[in-house]
Amino acid sequence: MTEPGDHRENYSHEDEVLERIEAWRRRRPKLKDEFINSAHGAGGKASAALIDAVFLEAFRNKTLESMSDGAVLELPSGERLAFSTDGFVVKPRRFPGGSVGDLAVNGTVNDVAMMGAVPQWISAGFVIEDGFSIAELRDIVADMAAAALKAGVTIVTGDTKVVDKGACDGIYITTAGVGVVPAGIHLDAKSVRPGDKVVVSGKIGDHGVAVLIARGDLALEADIPTDSAPLGELVEHLLAAAPNTRFLRDPTRGGVATVLNELAREAEVSVVIQEDTIPIRNVVNGACEILGIDPLYVANEGKLVAVVPAEEADAALAAMKAHPFGTDAAIIGEIREDPPGIVIINTFFGGNRIVDMLVGDPLPRIC
Amino acid sequence: MKFVDEYRDPAAARSILEHITRLAAGGHYKFMEVCGGHTHTIYKHGIENVLPDTVELVHGPGCPVCVIPMGRVEDAIAVAETPGVIFTSFGDMMRVPGANGNLLEAKARGADVRMVYSPLDALRIAVANPDKQVVFFAVGFETTAPSTAVTLIKAREKGIENFSLFCNHVTIVPPLRAILASPDLRLDGFLGPGHVSTVIGNRPYRFVPKDFGLPLVTAGFEPLDILQAILMLLRQIDEGRCEVENQYTRAVPEHGNIKALEVINTVFELRPHFEWRGLGFISQSALKLRDEFADWDAELKFSIPGVRVADPKACQCGEVLKGVIKPWECKVFGTACTPETPIGTCMVSSEGACAAYYNYGRFTKHQTVPVQLTSPAKTPAAV
Amino acid sequence: MCLGIPGQVVEIVDPNDHRAIVDVDGVRREVNVGLVMGDAGGLQVGEWVLIHVGFAMTKLDEEEAASTLEFIKQLGSVYEDEIRDFSQEAPL
Repeated sequence: MTEPGDHRENYSHEDEVLERIEAWRRRRPKLKDEFINSAHGAGGKASAALIDAVFLEAFRNKTLESMSDGAVLELPSGERLAFSTDGFVVKPRRFPGGSVGDLAVNGTVNDVAMMGAVPQWISAGFVIEDGFSIAELRDIVADMAAAALKAGVTIVTGDTKVVDKGACDGIYITTAGVGVVPAGIHLDAKSVRPGDKVVVSGKIGDHGVAVLIARGDLALEADIPTDSAPLGELVEHLLAAAPNTRFLRDPTRGGVATVLNELAREAEVSVVIQEDTIPIRNVVNGACEILGIDPLYVANEGKLVAVVPAEEADAALAAMKAHPFGTDAAIIGEIREDPPGIVIINTFFGGNRIVDMLVGDPLPRIC
Repeated sequence: MKFVDEYRDPAAARSILEHITRLAAGGHYKFMEVCGGHTHTIYKHGIENVLPDTVELVHGPGCPVCVIPMGRVEDAIAVAETPGVIFTSFGDMMRVPGANGNLLEAKARGADVRMVYSPLDALRIAVANPDKQVVFFAVGFETTAPSTAVTLIKAREKGIENFSLFCNHVTIVPPLRAILASPDLRLDGFLGPGHVSTVIGNRPYRFVPKDFGLPLVTAGFEPLDILQAILMLLRQIDEGRCEVENQYTRAVPEHGNIKALEVINTVFELRPHFEWRGLGFISQSALKLRDEFADWDAELKFSIPGVRVADPKACQCGEVLKGVIKPWECKVFGTACTPETPIGTCMVSSEGACAAYYNYGRFTKHQTVPVQLTSPAKTPAAV
Repeated sequence: MCLGIPGQVVEIVDPNDHRAIVDVDGVRREVNVGLVMGDAGGLQVGEWVLIHVGFAMTKLDEEEAASTLEFIKQLGSVYEDEIRDFSQEAPL
C-alpha cells in the first residue's frame, strides 16, 4: 500500500502546470503551418488560427474582428443590416433529407437569423466543373428555390463560373444573405452574464452523422436525415418571448461544443452544461457510439444555441417548443464566472470534464 | 442502449462508491489500467472525480497507437507515398507523428491515404481497385489481431493479390511484465483489459498475482464496470486474497475465444522483439506474418526504410506509460506538447494518458456543481 | 484497440461467409460473425454480440449481465441494512 503523503508536495506543482495550460489555451491559437490541410476547415482550433493569422491580419476592422457568423452594419438612416456569407462544398451532394442546395440557402438564412435579423435577400455564386450534369444542376437549384420559399427569402442576384475538368469537385456554391435587424435587438457574446441559461433548439448531431453515413465508407445504415431547416421564424418567436436574449449561434461545423467554446472565449465566462439534458436521437447516439465520435462536435444544420437571462429562460423554451423547428428544445446549461474561457460538462455519472475546442478533423475513434 | 445504459446508472454508482470509500479509508491505493478504452471511459465520465482521494488510477501502456515508435510511422508514410498505393488505416493512427509529420499530412501532400473502420473495408477497396496496391496499417492488441487475421485468410481464399498488411500488432502480456519488473513502480493492483480478454481469456494474467503478488480484475468499459472492478480489487486486498478475477463476465469467457486464437495462430507468429515507444525493445511482444502469408506482407512487398527513429529527448512518454509520472509532471506537457502539436504519442491518441488528461482531466479537482435548470428535465434526454 | 459496442443480430446474411447485420440502437452494419458462430448453439437472430472493427468478438451473456447488475444493486441494500441496524442500536 502506498503512503498517502507521497503526493502532497506535488499538488502545487500540478496547479502551476494547470495554470500554465489555461493561460496558453486562452491565447489566440497560432498558425504554424505552411500549407492548408483538412484541419483548417474543421471549425476548431486550426480554423481559428488560420482566420486570425491570415484573414484578420490582412482585413483588419472592428466589424470583422467581432467574429460572429455575420456582420451587423449601420446605415445612415440608423437602420441596421445583417450581412453574412458561406460556402458549400459538402460531399456527397445529396444525402438523406436534403442536398447541397438546401444547405446553401438555409445555412446563410440561419447565419443572418443568428444576428437577430429577418433574412430577406440571398445571392448565389456557382463555380461549376466542366462536364457537370445539367440535370443535377437543375435538381440542386430546385432544392434552393424550395428552400428559399420555405424560408421566406428571395434569391436576387448571382454568378456562374465554369472551370476546367478537375479544377473543382463538381460544384461549389457560395451564398450571401442580407436582412434587417429590428430596432432594439442587440445580440452579442459580450452581453452574456453569469446566471444566464444555455438553451439548444432540438436534438443534436443529425446532419453530421447523416452525411458521414451517406458517404458510404463506413458501411453503416441508419434512418438519419439531415436536420437542415430555416430558423428565421423560430428566432423571431424566440426574441418576441425573450427580448433580452443575449446571444444566438447555429452549431454547424464543429458542433455545439465549438459554439460553446467560442462563446466562453468571446464573453470570458465559463459555460457549464449537464450531459443528461442534451437532446439527441437514440439512433444518432448509437451511430456516434459505434464510430467513437462525440455528438457535441458533430455538425447541425437546423439548430441554434441561445443564451438567455434566467428570468426569460422558461418563456424562451416555451416559445421554441411551440414552433415546429424547436419541439425538442431544452435548457442544457448555464453561464458562470469561473473558470473563464472554459466549457465544462457535468456527466451522467456525477463527474465532470472539460469540453475542449476541436483539434483537427474529427476522426472516428476505433478504441 | 442495452448493455450500456444500465452500467451508467449514477444511483447504483453511489452505493459502490460508498463501499469503495469505506474499504479504502485510511490508506492510499494505486491501481493501474492498461487499456486505452479504460482511460477513455474514466475521463469521459469524470470517474476520477467521484472516487475518493484514497484511490488513484494510473494509466499504463494500453494504447496500441501510443506505443508505435516513430520509425514505424515513417515506414508507413513511405509506403503510403509509393505511387500506385492506396494506404488504409484506422482513424487514430492517422494523426500519430513520425519524424516528418503524420499520415494526414502525407495525404495533404498527395498520398492516397484512406480511413477505414474495419480491415474488411480495406480488402473491399482492394477488390474495387485491382490496378492499385492496397495496404492496411494493422495495429492493435489481441483484440484486433483476429480481425486482421480473418481478413487475410479471406484475401488468400479469394486470391486477392493486390492487398497487403503492414503489421504492427502487439501483445498485452510482455509489456505488463516489463512494467511490473520496473523498480520504480509502486502499485496495488490492476484493472485488466476487458476486450483483449474476450480473445485471450483471463488465464494469461495469472502471472501477475503469482509472480508479482498483485491482484488483477478484468474490467468492462462502462462506469459501473470500472467501479465494481475497483471494489473487487479493494476487497481482495482487505480479505488478504491475491488472484485474477473477472468483473466483465457478460463479455469475457474464462478461456477466451478459441476460434479467434486459432486464426491469430494461423496467420501470425511472434517477432523475436519489437520496439515500444517509451519502453524500448520488448521480446516476443509483437506479431508478424507467417511465411505462408509472405505474399501479403507489406514489409516484403515494399522497400521499407526500417530506420529506427529515437524518441525526441524532451519526450517523457515512457515514464508516463509506466505510470511513474503523471501527464502534468512531464516537462513539456501543455506547452511544447499539446494535442495540436504532439511530441509523443501519449498526446496524439485521444486515449493517450496525456491527451485524455489535457482534454478532460484538468479539472479533476473541480467540484461538480450541478446546473440549476429552471425548466425541470422531465422528459428524458434521448427519445 | 478497445472500442467494443454491444449490438443485436437482426439478420444472418450469409452463414457460410459469416456475414450478419447487427443493430446498435437503430444503426445497422454488416458485421463478420465468424469468430462467434462456432459457439455452442451457433448464432441466432436476436442474440447480442460485442462488435469491434466490424467483427463480432464475443456473444454477450444476458444472464451474466443481469447477475452483474444484481450484484451491484445488492451492494446498495447491504449498506442500507447496516445503516438501518446502526440507527436501531441503542444509544450509549
